Formats: sequence, C-alpha cells, structure tokens
Amino acid sequence: MPSPGHPATRRHLTWWALAAVPVGFLALFFVWPLTAMVGRGLVDADGGLDLAGTAAVLGEARTWTVVRSTLTLALLGTAGSLALGLPAAYVLYRLRWRGQQVVRALVAVPFVLPTVVVAAAFTALLGSQGIGGGLGLDQSVLAIVLALVFFNVTVVVRIVGATWAGLDPAAVAAARTLGASPRRAFRHVTVPSLLPAVGSAAAVVFLFCSTAFGVVLVLGGTRIRTVETEIYLQVNQFLDLRAAAVLSVVQMAFVALALGAAAWARRRRERTQAGHRIDGSRVATRADAPLILTTLATLALLLATPMLALVERSLRTSSGHGFDHYVALLEQPQRTVLAVPIWQAGVNSLLTATVAAAIASTLGLIVAHLMAHPSRRSALLDTLVMLPLGVSAVMVGLGMLLTLNRDVVGVDLRGSWWLVPIAQAVVALPLVVRTLVPSARAIAPSLRHAAATLGASPARVWRTVDWPLLRRPFGLAVGFAFAISLGEFGATSFLARPDRPTLPTAIFRLLGRPGIENVGMAFATAVVLAMLTAGVMMASERMRTRVGADL
Amino acid sequence: MSSIHARTSLAALAAATLLIAGCTTTDQASPSPTDTSPAPSTPEAATGTVTVVTHDSFAVPDEVLAAFEESSGLTLEFVAPGDAGSLVNQLILTQEAPLGDVVYGVDNTFASRALDAGVFESYIPEGLDPSVAEYGLEPGTLDVLTPIDFSDVCLNYDLAYFEDSDLEVPTSLDQIATADYAPLTSVTNPATSSPGLALVAATVAQYGEDWTTFWEDASANGMRVTASWSDTYFTDFSAPNYGGDYPIVLSYASSPPSEVIDGEPTTAALLDTCFRQVEYAGVLQGADNVPGAKAVVDWMSSDAFQETLPQNMYVYPVSPSAALPPEWVEHAQLSEDPATLSPSRIDAEREEWIDTWTSVVLD
Repeated sequence: MPSPGHPATRRHLTWWALAAVPVGFLALFFVWPLTAMVGRGLVDADGGLDLAGTAAVLGEARTWTVVRSTLTLALLGTAGSLALGLPAAYVLYRLRWRGQQVVRALVAVPFVLPTVVVAAAFTALLGSQGIGGGLGLDQSVLAIVLALVFFNVTVVVRIVGATWAGLDPAAVAAARTLGASPRRAFRHVTVPSLLPAVGSAAAVVFLFCSTAFGVVLVLGGTRIRTVETEIYLQVNQFLDLRAAAVLSVVQMAFVALALGAAAWARRRRERTQAGHRIDGSRVATRADAPLILTTLATLALLLATPMLALVERSLRTSSGHGFDHYVALLEQPQRTVLAVPIWQAGVNSLLTATVAAAIASTLGLIVAHLMAHPSRRSALLDTLVMLPLGVSAVMVGLGMLLTLNRDVVGVDLRGSWWLVPIAQAVVALPLVVRTLVPSARAIAPSLRHAAATLGASPARVWRTVDWPLLRRPFGLAVGFAFAISLGEFGATSFLARPDRPTLPTAIFRLLGRPGIENVGMAFATAVVLAMLTAGVMMASERMRTRVGADL
Repeated sequence: MSSIHARTSLAALAAATLLIAGCTTTDQASPSPTDTSPAPSTPEAATGTVTVVTHDSFAVPDEVLAAFEESSGLTLEFVAPGDAGSLVNQLILTQEAPLGDVVYGVDNTFASRALDAGVFESYIPEGLDPSVAEYGLEPGTLDVLTPIDFSDVCLNYDLAYFEDSDLEVPTSLDQIATADYAPLTSVTNPATSSPGLALVAATVAQYGEDWTTFWEDASANGMRVTASWSDTYFTDFSAPNYGGDYPIVLSYASSPPSEVIDGEPTTAALLDTCFRQVEYAGVLQGADNVPGAKAVVDWMSSDAFQETLPQNMYVYPVSPSAALPPEWVEHAQLSEDPATLSPSRIDAEREEWIDTWTSVVLD
C-alpha cells in the first residue's frame, strides 16, 4: 500500500476530489430526485422492496410489448442516423468546401426543435395534403423512424465528424504506400480510428431514440407505445408509481445496455492514438462532388423539407401569407395568452441557456479530464453522466418537485429560477462529455509525461498540454450545450414559472389555444428558435476554425 | 439571485406574521378534509404572499390581478407544473410539503383522486351564489372545492365544408360513427389528451355498457386519432384558418369565436356531442397562508375574475351574474343537455375505459 505522500495516492485523491464536483451535482439534481420517484413506486408499506408488485408489472404482457417496440424503434432510429450521419460527417468535417459551415449549423437545428413543432412539420409533409402524402407514411412506424433520424443525425455528424477531422491522413497515406487499396486502407486504418466515436454516437442516439416521447406519440398516432409513453401514461393518467418505477428501472437497463455496448466497441478497437492530433481535413476535389451532392440532397430531403413546411406555416394568415405573426412576436399577445411578449421569452431562454451551458461545459470539461485515461472508475463516471439521457423527463421532473422544491441545505429552492438552467445542464452534460472525451483520450500520455518529467505541475500540464488540444472541441461543446438548453422542453416544462416562459414552453402554450394568431405565433416562434440555434451553431463552428488555425 | 432572497424573506415574514396572530388553524392530523371542521372565517387580515398552483393554461389580465393585489394587500405568485392531470398528481405527491397555498384548475375528471387523497382544506367562499352548487361534484364536496368555470368538450365542424357538400351537418354521436362521417372526423387519444377522455366519458354517458360499439364502428369506418388537441385542431381541422383534411374535429364549444374571420363564423360546435368539464379552486392542506388562500378563492368566485375567464381561458364563468363578451354571446353556444358523469365514477373507471378504448381503437 503506498503511503499518503506517495504520488500515486495523491493522484487518486486528486481524481476523486475533482470527481466530487460532477458526481455531487448529478447526485443532488438527478440521482436524488429519480431515486425518490423510483423508491415511492418500489418500496411497499413496510419499507421493504415490493418484489411481488415488481414481478406483477414485469409479468404483464404489455410491459414486454412496449419494451419490444422501444427496442425496435431505437435500433431503427440509430441505424438510420448512422446511415445518413456517417457520410455526412465525412462530407461536412473531413472535406472542406465553401458554405459547409452553414450546412453544419443547419443540420444541428432539428435536434433542438420542440417535438410538438417537428411533429407538426412532419404531419404537414406526410399528411394527405403534404408533398409526401401519397406515400401513405402518415401515422406509421417509418414516419417515426424518419423523425428520429431527423432529430439525431446531427449527433452522429458532430461526434464522428470531430474525430474524423482530427485523423492524421499520414496513416492512410502510409498504408497506401505499402500497397493497400483505398478500400483496404479505409477498412484497416480509418475505420478502427473512428470506431470509438461511432460507438459513442450510436450509444447516445440509441438512448435518445429509446426515450423519444413527442414524436412517437404524434407521428405514430398514439398507436405505437414505448416504455417512455407507457411511463407517462402510468404516472399522468393513473398515478401508478409502481408501474412507472418498474418501467424506469427497465429503461435504465437500456442505458446500461447501450453504454456497455459502446464501451465494448471502444475497448475492442481502442488503440493508443498518436499524439499528433492535427487538422486532417482536406479541400474537396471534383472527384468528391458525387458524394457531396448525394449526401446534401438526402440531407435536404429529410431535414430541409420539414423545416420549410414549418416556415410556410409561420407565414400563413387568415388572408393568405404574410409576416403578421412575426410582428406579433414583439407585442404583448392579445389579452393574456402569454404572460410576456415572445421577445421576452427569448431573453429568458438566452439567459437560462447561458447559465446552463456554463454549468454543463464546466462540468463536462472536468469529466472529460477525469476520463482521459480509460479505467474502471472512468467507465463508472461515464455511466453516471450518461444516465440522464435514458431516463424519462416525467420521472425526473416530478422527482425534482418532490425533493428539491423546498429548503435544500439552507437554500430555498421552491420555485427557484435556478432549477431551470440546472435541469437543462443535466440534459446537456452527456453531449458535452461525448464531444470532449474522444479528444481528451486522443492526447498522447507521452506528452503529459514529458511535461511532468520536465517539472510541470499537474495544473500546468493541463494548461499547456491538454487545454490547447481541447479548446477546439470545447468551443463546439459549449455551443452544443447552449443550443440544447435553448430547445429543452421536458424538464423545463415542469420547472419554468408561468411568468418566465422560455421559447419552447411559450410555443407549447401557444399551441394550446384555438385561433390562427396563436398557432401562427407558435410556428413563428419555432422559426426564431431554429434561427437562434443555427446562429449559435454557426458561431461555435466559426470559433472552431479560428482555433483550428492556431494549431 | 436577489428575487429569490426577497421571496424567501417575504415568505418568512408571512409565516412569522401568522405565528404571531396565533393562526394555527391548519389541523394536519385530521385524516380527511371532510372531517375537518370549517376554519373560522377570516378574523385575521390576509397579508403577505399567496402561492397559487394552477395548470399550464392559466391566464389572468395584469390589471385585474393588480387590482386584487392592491385591494387585498396580498402578493400573488403562480406556479404551473403541467396540465390538469399532472397538476392533481403533483398535489398528491407533494402533500407533505405543498406546492403552494391554493389551487385552481382541478377538473371533474381528476378531482375525485385529489379528494380521496385529502389534499384540500375545507372552505366555502362567503356569498357564493347558490346556483353554483349545480357544478358541485357530488354531495358534500362543495365545502372543499369551489366551482370556478366550466366548458363543453364537443365536436366542432367546418361550416364551409358542409355548405359545399351533399352531406348534412351531423347532429348526433350515432351519425359520427357511420361510414359517412367517421372518415371526416379527427379526435384525440383519451390516454394522452383530456378532451379525448371527455369524449369517451360522453359515449359512456350516452350509450352505457354499449359505449364500445360506438368506437368499434367509428374506428372500423376510419375515424382518425391523434395524440393531442393541437394535432387534431391545428393540423387536421379543415377550417379556413388551418387548412387540414378533416372537417369534424374534437374541441370545445367555446372554440368557434376564435375562428371568426371578418365578422363571419367559419366553424361551429355540434352541441349534442358534448361533455361538460368543470374546474375548481380549493385551499390546500398545509398551506402557509390560509387566510390569503381563502381570499384568492373568494376573488376567483367574484365577477371581477369570472368575467375574465372567457377571453383568457376559453371557459364559461359559473357565476350567473358575470357578463360574457359580445363575440361569445354571438358565436359561442353551450350545449343544452351536455353529458355528465360523477367524478368518482370517472376516477374509478378511467383505467378500464382507457384500456378498453386502446384495445378497440388502436390494437
């Protein structure tokens, strides 16, 4: 056993001391609320575990029906997102061409659009009067899968794209020099280096797909039931906390499954990557045109058409088309449809998202640093951080009300504004971590060792070795966290006060009242939210190239 | 930050004031609200902050709220943790540390669950118009929940469609289930939407045991089902404002005034297909500010508040003396004989209805 003064022990202590920050945050704002809800459902009157009740829920046929349909949808959604996302990651990140930044930003927009709006856009597209009306996709499984891909393709593009852009072309060039065909070089050099990122992206997308709520209900015409919709039904309609708790545990098993698979893929293929993490992108040539055009056309078909449908609806007035609803965003809505004008909700959104992004990216940076070396404890931390992706917002939202709506260690959190950005940060954190970890792991340990050997303190090693290499992905992660927080609806709807709506909660409220002014304003607000998101993503992309140029 | 601190100290101040006034009327030990003897009518002045818990559709004009705050000396804060269903669930789950002092927006499809859980303190506003009693839930509950407003969930139709069509405007639920009308109709799922549950309740009230026959026929004949009211109304409705494909949709009797274009109505409600929803207010057990909570219930029962209901929440005031806005008098109609069911029956049979409906319509 090393003594307390031993460097190894000190490193352990530092690791755990640092880990206490994100772990404490998640324990307080995620694990505690969730445990409270699950506990209420699973603990019987005597305070023991209600095993008979749990078994009863697990024994019901409908439980397994929803588990099956959840798995099917999640697998199809993940497969679709990878099929479109991988070529898109190559075209948008590995290649360089004019205008790609705009496309990169646009691809991220669907991810943050409120599901109510996306569902309406898809219905406008696939309904009998839509362009795709003849396809008979309305209220079908395929419609849901398309919407899942619409939402999640950006996750694949960003996580894989960031890694792809940083791969050293010299490795492929070396393989080619040694006589490998382009295909062989791709399979044996590029693919293994990309796999960790692909595994990460697939795990995240799988989790998003398995907890999708709004799209499944709206686009499936409520015919397809998943674990998530079943939890909502059990809580909201029947207040059956036992069934909800059992289903939540099942849902967490999904998380473990997806994370385990991703970790397995990573471990199996992870190689100590070379430390020279460089800008490996190259200018597109004429030969790339077919791939670029095909990818762009597919993206346009899937992503742009629903968004155009959205814009069209926002312009529709009772007397044709016009900008009436956009003008209305600046005014106090008629009577009191909303407590504040939409621009004010926009200010609220920007403010909350700023705080949320600050929290999420700070915590994310700490987590990425702690996970820089693969180990058992870092895998544990990874699982904890990812867990929020796989848990129903209904459970967490209710749990937060149960546990946090009171004095917590002397701080009165009742109706506190801070709960909103905190909840959004919990949601954004996994994505921040996923964006940062591949880059953190790509930093060669030899660099750090060299610096340490030369007498640099751990803080100085981090500042001079890690940070310059993490800055670029960090900029992207901040932008992504900000965008996610802007569009977050599930948890926000539980916590945002009615007099301080955010853009998504304002949209939801506007969609709850009859009259073309309200629905028009809802769609106009959605377009503004989409443009804000695109702006944020574009700004973070811009930062990316500047930083890239430094290197 | 400052606003949080200000609120904390205000609440502390309010609590201190109540303690000094010896106001410890909240008898938390009593097992159910009906056993609690009525609290003595406000000898102490209501002061401080009152937290009003509502559903997410709540709205009141600023000037009406300000006038009440000025005359009462109270400061109102609102929390809106979800729709009517999740509102009741949250009241029950947070019973030990209530979300606020007074609740508005508990409706007759969920009230029974909240009553059984005992989340309310007894209170009847002084001078409540006796006619309001007809909106009471069941005998003996009016002393806990005060009716505030009501609305009729009805099928709405597109006037222009039926003017141009050979089809007559349908008048009954019987017709809606037929091959002529079912394919023209979009309704919502009772599991995910409260008007959807109201329509199921309407069919149970009208057909009794045979209510599933309506749904079997309607479903076989191609009635469309969506997840939420906004999908059915905004996306599916063929009314000129929305341009969808379905001329008959599930909405409210109060929706047509919102679809008047250039003074001409474009939609109307089918008044023989309606189910009546009533919304209530009540003082919460364990409220910090009981006098303030009671003052809020009084205010919501007063015509000053009641007259704001139509234009802010699309519901009818229960007060017979509250004036309706002119466009409501002209374009909104109420069902003369809406379907009703006792809240305890709705609560007891909700799960069975939803399960049966799901297997008949969706599976």
